[in-house]
Amino acid sequence: MSAAPPRAAILARLGPARWHAPAWLMAALVLLPVTVIALSWTNAQTEIWQHLIETQLGRLLKNTLVLMLGVGIGTVVLGVSLAWFTATCEFPGRRWFDWALMLPLAIPTYVVAFVALGLLGFSGPLQTQWRQWFGAGAWFPDIRSAGGVILVMTLVLYPYVYMLARSAFVAQGRGLMDASRLLGAGPLASFFRVALPMARPAIVAGTALALMESLADFGAVAIFNYDTFTTAIYKSWFGFFNLQAAAQLASLLLLFVALALYAEQRARGSGRIHQQAQRNREAYRLRGWRALLVSVYCGCVVLLAFVVPLLQLLWWVVEQRAAGFDARYAALIGHTFTLAGLAALITVVMAVLVAFGQRLLGRRRSALSVRLAGLGYALPGSVLAVGILLAFAFIDRQLINPLRDVFGLAPTQWLVGSLGALVLAYVIRFFSVAMGPVQSGLERIKPNFQEAAQTLGASQLRVLRRIYLPLLTPGLLTAMLLVLVDVMKEMPATLLLRPFGWDTLAVRVYEMTSEGEWQRAALPALTLVLLSIPPVIIMVRKSRRR
Amino acid sequence: MNNVFKLFLPAAAAALLAACSDTGDGPESGAEPAQQPVVTVYSSRKEHLIKPLFDRYSEDTGVEVRYITDAAGPLLARLQAEGETTPADMLMTVDAGNLWQASQQGALQPVESAALDASIPQHLRAADNTWVSLSVRARTIVYSTERVDPQQLSTYEELAGDQWQGRLCLRTSKKVYNQSLVATMINTLGEARTEEIVSGWVDNLATAPYPNDTTTMEAIVAGQCDVAIVNTYYFGRLKKQQPELPLALFWPNQGDRGVHINVSGAGITRHAKQPQEAIKLLEWLAGPQAQGKFAELNKEYPANPAIDPSAEVASWGEFKADDINVEAAGRLQAAAVKLMDRANYR
Repeated sequence: MSAAPPRAAILARLGPARWHAPAWLMAALVLLPVTVIALSWTNAQTEIWQHLIETQLGRLLKNTLVLMLGVGIGTVVLGVSLAWFTATCEFPGRRWFDWALMLPLAIPTYVVAFVALGLLGFSGPLQTQWRQWFGAGAWFPDIRSAGGVILVMTLVLYPYVYMLARSAFVAQGRGLMDASRLLGAGPLASFFRVALPMARPAIVAGTALALMESLADFGAVAIFNYDTFTTAIYKSWFGFFNLQAAAQLASLLLLFVALALYAEQRARGSGRIHQQAQRNREAYRLRGWRALLVSVYCGCVVLLAFVVPLLQLLWWVVEQRAAGFDARYAALIGHTFTLAGLAALITVVMAVLVAFGQRLLGRRRSALSVRLAGLGYALPGSVLAVGILLAFAFIDRQLINPLRDVFGLAPTQWLVGSLGALVLAYVIRFFSVAMGPVQSGLERIKPNFQEAAQTLGASQLRVLRRIYLPLLTPGLLTAMLLVLVDVMKEMPATLLLRPFGWDTLAVRVYEMTSEGEWQRAALPALTLVLLSIPPVIIMVRKSRRR
Repeated sequence: MNNVFKLFLPAAAAALLAACSDTGDGPESGAEPAQQPVVTVYSSRKEHLIKPLFDRYSEDTGVEVRYITDAAGPLLARLQAEGETTPADMLMTVDAGNLWQASQQGALQPVESAALDASIPQHLRAADNTWVSLSVRARTIVYSTERVDPQQLSTYEELAGDQWQGRLCLRTSKKVYNQSLVATMINTLGEARTEEIVSGWVDNLATAPYPNDTTTMEAIVAGQCDVAIVNTYYFGRLKKQQPELPLALFWPNQGDRGVHINVSGAGITRHAKQPQEAIKLLEWLAGPQAQGKFAELNKEYPANPAIDPSAEVASWGEFKADDINVEAAGRLQAAAVKLMDRANYR
């Protein structure tokens, strides 16, 4: 009892400034690996740069831009349209599509890539049949092309846009849409001029995640042998054994992402859109051919992005007679859930604190720290993992071990190889994944709730707990789910930083796929997908429109 | 308030540090000699290929073997970052280039062992004794038995000839196995000649390079191309699944340097905490008890010439292997990558 008043007094004296702390803490964490990576510039690697520029950098940049453009357009069109239909319309199967459309998130990208190549490639069943019908020389679209990679990535990544846009549309209700229609705008015009701009922060946040993921991806592009900027990073590291050149390339990637995010925020301007909690949530009831069309559209996406890859995984498991299934699976599942749950919880709590602080302090005053904190997702996983490892090893060497020495303890690895380090790595990597949904959810809440509560004497923490958290629920659940599933699938940091014995399902998947044993990887991959389904369903149940 | 903090912080830090050192391992455990030794391995060879052997070793000797698996690059980076406090006693990896690189970066220590010298031939060991090979795989030519007469095949170089125009499939140049193949060609044939050959391969490609050896072979089966270059164990795996596939191996360059081989191997880390135990494990892995199983698990050839390959591997036939020291692959890897980039081999 006696400790409480002074603590509260100190906090009170600090005033709103204390809300800087969460953002700067996150920024500091993210800056650890980013600094390590940026330090690579202290040593010029002219030879490799010259080689890259002479032989392939131009082609890689072009490929990367094409990929970003394609995935950007694809995920926005797919994600927004699906979100609009499931959030605001009524058609056969809607309740089911509502959550089923999120499931592709659980399928690792490489699975979809490999399935697409297996089914549509030259030696796949479709092309084989095609040649039998039309002769050996018959034209067939080449799946191993820019179009193929874009198709696969769009199918895997659209859920980011879908989930965020969906919670935005659910929160919008239809009050403003009705007003727009009453004022004489048609349904399409109302959608593009009212509903879409209001959901813009959510759509942008989702698209940014999808684009960052496709920029940093190495799995799918490797399967398609489609060289992107990431290819140059990996080539410098694994081909030339030059981690420094790889880090330099990665830091350029990071700079590019930071600038793009900054430009978007500038372009959005300072206008804020807030809305009342909507009472009128009545759905647009689709009938006849329209309803059918929408059902078929949703069905096709679920089929291509989830059912077909899932069936392929199932088929492989059956073919292999579940080889490799042993008692250790219980431990694998336990580790996967423990790590993902812990990381998701911490990441989302951090995201809420940072986003709330940003709101209290105003965007300008917290802009830099918040922007820094979100950069972890833009780096290729392996590069970030090594950056974190190097930073943690440095802390062990320069900070922990001298301190241990003072107390007469022998030097050891305190941070590297500990469970805490791995969870921290996840938080650093996936912070922006949680930040997107939380931030865009927060932006839709009118500030006058808070003003009213504060006028009535409520503390800021109480406001956060009683006003914001309940209103934020859909965004929070989206954030939790995204981080949870992302951590479950994460490979590079898990591989590099896990403590002895802490193998997860993703580790098992890696072991099999790294030597091309796709069939044997099916069992852990399928387990991963099945484990992700319950959280998806729970999330949708909790955030469903009433 | 401030004073309380000053008193409390160091105490808390000490408690925390002490608590964490319990989960830590290595240096402190030296104080209790009665404890069962634990050998720690960082391995880029996959768990299912090493665990059966480690289990047997533990059964036989009572020595526990712990391991972490990851790709060679990250493991090496971790080993370097950890420096003196690393828990790793042994680094195990595939490809001579990776082993050479680990040795070059000073991550491994030389080991004088008569047992290793007796088990593993010299061209499969590091000149400075920092690592030894534990298994051998050949990277050779595979062809369609329906459309190719093996009489037409002779050498890797000859795959650049006009008769293979539009009939060749290759795996991506980003895979280290192809980098090692080209590196040893540079060593034997010189850079200019090798570049000619690689450019010839690229001209002969039926389609863009595939991501792995298995899809490359499936392209031959589907009729997209007629010949390819693959590692023997991928061929073995595919044949085991579908024995009737019209594919066969061809051993090239039998008149001159022999078939290109690569290895998997291991070395003792520079800052090993249990170097003696780790050397014992390495000797055991190179010895007669483990070599047969070590190779068989991945359909490879034992590095120890006293041990015969499994019946399945032996059924592919005998061949003359290139006995250039596999270290050349590491030394020339960067040159090989650049050459392949120049030749537009993707």
